Amino acid sequence: MDDLYREVIIEHYKNPGYRGHLDPHDIKFEDSNPLCGDHIEITLRTDESGKITDARFSGHGCAISQASADLLIESVIGKPIEEVKQLNKDYILEMLGIDLGPVRLKCALLSLKVLKAGVYGLGEASDSLVE
Amino acid sequence: MPLNINEVRKDFPIFQRETRPGVPLVYLDSTATSQKPLAVIEAMNQFYRRSNANIHRGVHTLAEESTALYEQARVKIAKFINAPSAHQFIYTRNTTESINLVAYSWGRANLKAGDLVILTELEHHSNLVPWHILQAERGIELDFIPVTEGGLLDLDIYKSLLARGPKLVSFAHMSNVLGTINPAGEIIRLAHEAGAVTLVDAAQSVPHLKVDVQALDADFLAFSAHKMCGPTGIGALYGKMDLLEKMPPFLGGGDMIKEVHLRSFRPNTLPYKFEAGTPAIAEAVGFGAAVDYLTSLGMDEIAAHEHDITEYALERLEEVPGVKVFGPSAQHKGGVAAFTLDGVHPHDVAQILDQDGIAVRAGHHCAQPLHEKFGIPATSRASFYLYNTKAEVDLLVNGLYKVKELFG
Repeated sequence: MDDLYREVIIEHYKNPGYRGHLDPHDIKFEDSNPLCGDHIEITLRTDESGKITDARFSGHGCAISQASADLLIESVIGKPIEEVKQLNKDYILEMLGIDLGPVRLKCALLSLKVLKAGVYGLGEASDSLVE
Repeated sequence: MPLNINEVRKDFPIFQRETRPGVPLVYLDSTATSQKPLAVIEAMNQFYRRSNANIHRGVHTLAEESTALYEQARVKIAKFINAPSAHQFIYTRNTTESINLVAYSWGRANLKAGDLVILTELEHHSNLVPWHILQAERGIELDFIPVTEGGLLDLDIYKSLLARGPKLVSFAHMSNVLGTINPAGEIIRLAHEAGAVTLVDAAQSVPHLKVDVQALDADFLAFSAHKMCGPTGIGALYGKMDLLEKMPPFLGGGDMIKEVHLRSFRPNTLPYKFEAGTPAIAEAVGFGAAVDYLTSLGMDEIAAHEHDITEYALERLEEVPGVKVFGPSAQHKGGVAAFTLDGVHPHDVAQILDQDGIAVRAGHHCAQPLHEKFGIPATSRASFYLYNTKAEVDLLVNGLYKVKELFG
């Protein structure tokens, strides 16, 4: 428990720094995890060089899904979109600093899935984006 | 005589294991699936070690033995729900398949565009989706008996729905989320007065209460072995003879036929008409052993024990600040407590409890419309069966205090 619910996770869950919705925005995407009903929406602003200048997330769900969304958004502001396209599962797990079973992995990866579907301009988010 | 729980627990090998070293298993997820007593595991083991052969039509010793075991189990389980004859007892894969059998066979033969089917707001997805499919295909109409704030079905509205002349009323005997035990006898009596056929989803009731299909006057009744100490992969559909006889086959193949020609077939008699292909034979044997096991303990004793635990659990859960339990009081409720804890997602609750070996389920428990009704995405659900103890309820409550501390 102390491993899975590390202080960083509880802290980002209870006091997220990047919860919100950007209006106007350049990119918006949202998706849910049908298993548990977790929902994440991400809005992004980008500049002409293709860099993410600002980002926010909203939605609801468990501590793992919401904390990883907050950590992810914090980490991608200032990054070029091309770099964000390369992010994978390990990037999230490293930030969380924990190992997760298959069920909770879906919670942790929901925000990355939403972010990548958004930057790729896809109609639908697929699990293969984060494998 | 009340159950001797210490003795009962010894019948279940799984309670000898620890969740992880030093952490005993506290299994509060029997509404999803029950644990299995040694008697069931041994019956299936013996079947494979001694008697395994395909059933029917074989003349060799093993084929006769396996056929006899398969059919003896049918007689036993049919008697368990007081079916007038074992011919009215069809083996299926589970409750879901039983309901689909009725929807595909009886539904397609009897329902046409505009016909009304009444369901309830507390149904499991398995008693919603088969009717959604038929709605899309046939244009039947669906309406729903509402659930009150207190978690009971609103029978006044039910009566007004009946005035619209429904063809079928299909409902859960016991809710897998709220635990509500619905007044099945009254619902069926009223449906019959309105000329409707009835289907009872008894997945949660047959494992926990004495269910008598003749006393209920149910037209169809569906349940699963795995929720009543039996194996997964096998379930049952009971039906009234005149209805089953008129129904066309569901799945086609071996065993469900009397004769087959290149361009035609004649279906078999009941119950085989609905049992296509090699069935789950060892599972049927295990199903029979589960019924023997429950009968030996006594369904009234099991129900009394569960009521006792449920009453205690509701009392203890209400003590925890921020906990809200959904559903009616213990008087109208089986051994299920679905709850939310303020500020903590049910998944986190379940995960933290798991660290102490406490198994509860989190999610919408295949009853998403019911959760929508109560305006919540998910709940944590603790459920109780014949082997659970008050000490386990205490561990659950202690675990919830830990969750609160962590998220404090």
